[in-house]
Amino acid sequence: MKKTDALIDSLSSNLEPVSRAFVALRLAGGVAAGAAAAVIMMLVLLNLRPDLGFAVGTAIFWIKLAYTLATAVTGFWTVERLARPGASAGAQGMLECLPLVAMVSLATITLFLAPAGARRGMILGHSAVACPWLIVMLSLPILAGGIWAMRGLAPVRPIAAGVGVGVLAGSAAAAIYGFHCDESAAPFVAIFYTLGIAASGLLGAAIGRVGLRW
Amino acid sequence: MLASLAGDAVAYHGLLKTLAVHLRGYYGRRIAPDDVEDLVQETLLSMHVHRATYDTKQPLTAWVYAIARYKMIDHFRRTKSRQTVPLDHTENLLAANGTEAAIAERDVEQLLSNLPEGTRKLLRQTKLEGLTTAEAGATTGLSETAVKVRVHRAMKTLIAKFSGRGS
Repeated sequence: MKKTDALIDSLSSNLEPVSRAFVALRLAGGVAAGAAAAVIMMLVLLNLRPDLGFAVGTAIFWIKLAYTLATAVTGFWTVERLARPGASAGAQGMLECLPLVAMVSLATITLFLAPAGARRGMILGHSAVACPWLIVMLSLPILAGGIWAMRGLAPVRPIAAGVGVGVLAGSAAAAIYGFHCDESAAPFVAIFYTLGIAASGLLGAAIGRVGLRW
Repeated sequence: MLASLAGDAVAYHGLLKTLAVHLRGYYGRRIAPDDVEDLVQETLLSMHVHRATYDTKQPLTAWVYAIARYKMIDHFRRTKSRQTVPLDHTENLLAANGTEAAIAERDVEQLLSNLPEGTRKLLRQTKLEGLTTAEAGATTGLSETAVKVRVHRAMKTLIAKFSGRGS
């Protein structure tokens, strides 16, 4: 117990005050740095969609952005909870599902209202195969930033935390991807953007399982 | 804890001391005794490094418990190899019993040393060796009544001494 006393003495000497926003700030820093890198990746490896001027006048452009950004923002606060021992992230997690519910509902209604012949095109678009992979690719730097941030925090459920960071990275990446992608059907977005976000979540889980232990 | 997060070193020192006591109790009932103090130190260090993850709107106990539990599970994961060898496990069990018996015996001897030699022998015979008061009297040349009186007085003395020490 003498060793413990000595440890306690040493820990309480030169005690630095800590900010209450420490967790959020650290997380935001990692995610922002990753998002900046993802934007550059999108501009260099893909390209800004040439019809952007036209696109911002369409509803679907804003629907895509709203779906992905809302998931990213709610996802950020879920991860902020997951970084704190003893804090419950359930309510925040359920909030995070709401944009998906809204998107799927909209997609279902759109399909229902469309003529039968148009439905297949609305679902598959022209980039179905590539889209999820490109979203995962863009999510990589954001995932790296988020994992870096989490490694300085205290997630007591490493796999859940990994999923959280993965979904956050995937949805942020999907938001950025929307500035390149010219798909304009709600069903396509509901399926393939979501697949990309989910795949990022799985990748985050795999990384979290080994990389978020402390 | 609020004061500690703001940088109050004295409050923090007191908090860590209290945490150490509670952690020792928590781990003491669940992991091998030799590992307890090390894990206490490791947990205190983790709590220090990650003190910014405590949310002032939640109860401190929830935060402390979550970290203690996480560290304990991690400890089991790391020491799993040691626990799967059955022989070692049995040895540890026997060693624990041996220690307890030895401690108990030492305590009894300490208690008895408060009494004069003759009474000590009587108490040992009647209480520890299972002799009846008649048999004890026969070995010491005392009547059964005398033995009873002396044992009764000795017990009163011990109880008075024991409670005195206890307070």
